[in-house]
Amino acid sequence: MADSHQVQRRDFVNIVLVGIGSVIGLIIGIPAIAYLLSPAVKVQKEEAWIPLGPLDAYPLDDPKLFSYTRTKINGWEKTVNSYGAYVWRYGEGESEIKVYSNRCTHLSCRVTWTEETNIYFCPCHDGRFNKEGEVVAGPPPEPLFEFETMVEEGVLSIKHLEV
Amino acid sequence: MTARVVSWLDERLGLTSIYNLVFDRKVPKVNWWFTLGSASLFLFIMQGVTGVFLSVYYVPDPSKAYDSIQYIMTGVTFGWLIRGIHHWGATLMVIFVFIHMLRTFFMGAYKFPREITWLTGVILLLATLGMGFTGYLLPWNQRAYWATTVGTAIAGTAPVIGDFILRVLRGGNDLSAVTLARFFSVHIWFLPVVIIGLISVHMYLIIRLGISSVPKEEEG
Repeated sequence: MADSHQVQRRDFVNIVLVGIGSVIGLIIGIPAIAYLLSPAVKVQKEEAWIPLGPLDAYPLDDPKLFSYTRTKINGWEKTVNSYGAYVWRYGEGESEIKVYSNRCTHLSCRVTWTEETNIYFCPCHDGRFNKEGEVVAGPPPEPLFEFETMVEEGVLSIKHLEV
Repeated sequence: MTARVVSWLDERLGLTSIYNLVFDRKVPKVNWWFTLGSASLFLFIMQGVTGVFLSVYYVPDPSKAYDSIQYIMTGVTFGWLIRGIHHWGATLMVIFVFIHMLRTFFMGAYKFPREITWLTGVILLLATLGMGFTGYLLPWNQRAYWATTVGTAIAGTAPVIGDFILRVLRGGNDLSAVTLARFFSVHIWFLPVVIIGLISVHMYLIIRLGISSVPKEEEG
């Protein structure tokens, strides 16, 4: 019989098989994981100035919703996302303006301004924000997102950020 | 520790006996021609795995199919590799299965008691060609479109029922979204199920009957 220190033919074949199998597995396996995770890793950051029209068109002290859409390419098609911004002029001046996103900071439902109660109301989990966008009641962890604004030649613009 | 885990599992699952039955079979002294079946099986598994991965991004619709494949090729990390393996694996599999059939034929390995192994093998060869035919349409490019137009028209030349066969294949008179959808379905469900079932029978018979030996040269 063969010396126990020698590698047997059978063992050699097994080692070679496991070795080659592992190499093939790795060559396929690692790209396969990258392949699946790829769209999650390639995050498209976006920011753009969105014109909301003449500032004069917005009434004083009465938040008005402005809706807009952004289009981007996801995989093999264009995705159109809708966004909403509440424009609130708290004074006559060009800088006396605040624009809040209508996206609830809890789980991204859309909030609605209700004049009777002076509250941004989120219907999903009864979240409430006051006129300044601060949380008054309910589960939202943060105040409403406030857009950066700019008024040029009487036209109001906001800086859209992909959140 | 590992040994204990293995023996614990083995006692309950009987892994060793399966291993011995499948891999430690007694085989006659054979040559490299006898590896074609294993090679075909390996390629089929590769096609299955890469195919499952491709289905993550592929959309079987005329307005999306081409774009979704462009996305796989250029937008997805290693998409070109997964599709490349599936593409070349398909060609290789047809070649390997075909040579496997030739080897079986010329060495007379289809004879008693292996007739059923041969018959399942014949259907497996046809199913492999069917996979090639249905998969060829899926990229929905000019080559795919016209190859399938011609391929289904060939089936349409059969006497009497030809026209009916053509309409069954295309899902109507025209090559359309219906054709693409049914080719996709046949490619990823019907044929794989048939192939897996037949491979199971094929391999059961190989394990049960053992493989044939290399025929001896006749004297005189």
